[in-house]
Amino acid sequence: MDTLDFIPESTILYDLFGIPGAYLQAFLLVVAALLFAVTLNGRLKLLRRNAADPRGGQWGERVRRLLVIGFGQSRQPRYLVAGVVHIVLFGGFLILSIRSLALMIEPFAPGTIHMGPAYEAIKDWTGLLVLIGCLVAAWRRALVKPARYHDRFATESHTSEALTILGLIALLMIADAFIDGCSLAASQFGLGAESASTFSWATPLASATSSFLDGNLSSLDSVYRTAFWIHNIAILCFLNLLPMGKHFHVITALPNVFLSNLQPSGKIKPPSYAEDDFDALETVGVSKLEDFTWKQMLDAYTCVDCGRCSDHCPAYATGTALSPRMLSIKTRDAAYKHFPIRGAIVPVEERPALVGETITEDELWACTTCGACEEACPVMIEYIDRVVDMRRFLVDDGSLPTSLQKPMAALEKRGNPYGKMARKRGEWVKEVEGDGVEVVAAGDSCDTLFFTDSCAAFDPRVQQTAIAFGNILSQAGVDTGTLGKDEVDSGHEARRFGEEGLYLALREQNMEAFEERDFKRVVTTDPHALNSLRHDYELQQPVIHHTQLLAELLQEGKLPLQDLSDNRKYTFHDPCYLGRHNGEYDAPRTVLNAIPGIQTVEMERSRNRSFCCGGGSLNLFQETECEQRMGEQRLEMAIAAGAQVVVTACPFCLVNLEDAAKTTGSDNDIEIIDLAELVQRSLVGPEQLEV
Amino acid sequence: MEIYVCIKRVADTSEVEIEVDRSGLALEEDDFSWDINEWDNFAVEAAVQLKEEHGGNVTAITVGSEDDEEVLRRALAMGCDQAIHCSDPAFENGDAWEVAQVLATTLKGKALDLLLFGAISADENRGQVGGFVAGLLDLPLVSLATALKVEDGKAIVQHEVENGLERVREVDLPAVITVQTGINEPRYVSIRGIRKVGSMEIPTCSLNELRLTDESFGASARRVRLEELRLPAHGDGAQILEGRDEEMIDKVVDFLQEKGAL
Repeated sequence: MDTLDFIPESTILYDLFGIPGAYLQAFLLVVAALLFAVTLNGRLKLLRRNAADPRGGQWGERVRRLLVIGFGQSRQPRYLVAGVVHIVLFGGFLILSIRSLALMIEPFAPGTIHMGPAYEAIKDWTGLLVLIGCLVAAWRRALVKPARYHDRFATESHTSEALTILGLIALLMIADAFIDGCSLAASQFGLGAESASTFSWATPLASATSSFLDGNLSSLDSVYRTAFWIHNIAILCFLNLLPMGKHFHVITALPNVFLSNLQPSGKIKPPSYAEDDFDALETVGVSKLEDFTWKQMLDAYTCVDCGRCSDHCPAYATGTALSPRMLSIKTRDAAYKHFPIRGAIVPVEERPALVGETITEDELWACTTCGACEEACPVMIEYIDRVVDMRRFLVDDGSLPTSLQKPMAALEKRGNPYGKMARKRGEWVKEVEGDGVEVVAAGDSCDTLFFTDSCAAFDPRVQQTAIAFGNILSQAGVDTGTLGKDEVDSGHEARRFGEEGLYLALREQNMEAFEERDFKRVVTTDPHALNSLRHDYELQQPVIHHTQLLAELLQEGKLPLQDLSDNRKYTFHDPCYLGRHNGEYDAPRTVLNAIPGIQTVEMERSRNRSFCCGGGSLNLFQETECEQRMGEQRLEMAIAAGAQVVVTACPFCLVNLEDAAKTTGSDNDIEIIDLAELVQRSLVGPEQLEV
Repeated sequence: MEIYVCIKRVADTSEVEIEVDRSGLALEEDDFSWDINEWDNFAVEAAVQLKEEHGGNVTAITVGSEDDEEVLRRALAMGCDQAIHCSDPAFENGDAWEVAQVLATTLKGKALDLLLFGAISADENRGQVGGFVAGLLDLPLVSLATALKVEDGKAIVQHEVENGLERVREVDLPAVITVQTGINEPRYVSIRGIRKVGSMEIPTCSLNELRLTDESFGASARRVRLEELRLPAHGDGAQILEGRDEEMIDKVVDFLQEKGAL
């Protein structure tokens, strides 16, 4: 072959070392496809052995998520620079995949790559943006080194892996630019231009590369050929590198988003999807890789190692043993090691214990199930169910932290973790003014059933919340009943701590009490109880939170409120199980802002980014090793926002934050209060109303 | 290794307002919840750990009424291989000596290497039964074990002695050892764990079946007779101090000086 005239029909263009381009391309494609198939099949080895996990149905919602969270990258901008860079790279990937495909076909059908000036301009600009994106990403990885890329438990930072892939992408962009640069140079010389350096804003990258080239068609030919094959080989290498590490997400992320959990995030998966009868299960929970569901394993494969989960995790922030990211990374590393692409599966006995060694007990018990990690994950990885499944195994195996054994036994024996006498459960009702709230006996009815759960029923401080709320209901004339001694703990934390059997027993007792009474709806001051009754129990009647009922009473004009101006700033702390897990951010704020004279400020981490106070119920009994308690860190955030009053709407937030105020010595400077108590403070009493 | 571990079901009286019943000889039990005696829980764990290390069999035994079966189920769920329930309404009123007689009679003739007890029980804090049984079976006894291992037919036991000291002893098996809390970390027993052993057969033996004589069991055998049960008299009441921490500290110091305590 002599010179090149860039006639697209000339297949000779792609010949290399005398091998016809089409043959070479066919060979490379077959080899790459085979390698890729072998790798994917290796990765599927484990998935095929994993437990069932039905992910069908609700296709509309799945497509919506795929479009918004997958293709729309809606969770990326939470981290602005990294998010924008990712959107550029991902968008570029989509736009350039057409080009790459054309380049794949080109040796078979020369001319395929000429898709008109419009696409070429778009493609060229995209290439430029992707190249810049790669540079920014590499600069961040190599020099800026954001803390979240370097987990304190990680044995490797994946920096070299990231840089390799970024380098490969950059190489693709440059090679592609030279392919077009050659055409541009050739056409310009062909048109008799003096030099090829005429810059065109339509194709800046191709223009730039063409300026390096001269009019010698022979050298243009070798540049073109080299660029073409570099691009082709690089893209096939890229494809085969992806399933080796964190860039597997390029392949798995979209399916992972499409197949993500459509249940409410506060709903815990059953111990098994295959067997409904808990007692009939041979083993419970996850103790080895095979015990995960295939979706849980796909989650681990999909982890991008971006560290957003751990960056939002209160357990990580307070120096506990837990880093949610490492749950995925360690699981994936173990999977890759014990289920190698080629070679035999390592038998369970020869592996280190997944739960207990690879993933330590301390890690698992440190989780408060607050859901911050899941809310932050750009690819919809689920953590809570995995943690709970591993805890289920530990509990079944007898490994429950000693500090939790007494409260757990008390839940079983007395229906509350404090070991208080069951018959005292309704005592607080006596302190409610008026007769708006009464204990309803079996067979009786009421309009609204107030489910207190254990904390509000027994904790002397939190009883004040129940009483305040009771007083408000009483004055507003809401026909309210409560179960009294027939109520037992909702079992919300028992379930999340892995004691499914105990949860089921408690649920059964409560369901019996519900069934014996006639009521239209349930209200509770405890977001955990709300979550439990709504999602775990799947109670027929609507279950609402007291902040929602307060907002309703406000709307109906049944809450006459008076001025509380006091020069203090109030901030609302979103309880995890009210906000993130049940989507209610507005009702408490509506009520708070309706109290005359109150100035409010928002913490930076509010609404769905709220920072857990330390967790509810059994979490209060845990002695997790940490550098600082979650409540203390949360209080610092409130103080940093300029607040002197933290308003919350959860018994445990109240207890944890009040404790934090005491342990940090700031209890004289900052007040912690439940919204119901604040409303009561502002409520115009009946005697005042009459005047 | 054949290990027997003797356990007892006791009332959890925490958070309960204790009242003496009408007879004046017992407590109102309505608000009590019942569970395995804390010391015995450590003894069961110790037995199961030894079995896991050395192999063998662990049998849990309790003396009491029908209701006491739950602690045996719990022991089975923890890993005991079988259980024996010495069950008779009469057993409920037995004193330490009578209970020891029941246990010794049950165990007599059984091939055993190690007999474990909780050092004391949370209800009456007597700490006698283990010693009595050792005497009745003519076996060596080490009390208040805080560490225990078995090697070459011997038990090496670290145990508490006077003045907060601990001593390490070697004792030939078979032997009786009573276990102090903290010797291990007892495993958790889940509801499912208990249900799984729900259908296991637990053999029972009654007073008649054990052929206990009047000298071993019953009014004439009883060494301790309960005369009266009453709550301690209330003191004059507490003085609650109020104010800032510094002020309260001063008040406490003044008060103690005034009363001559400082």
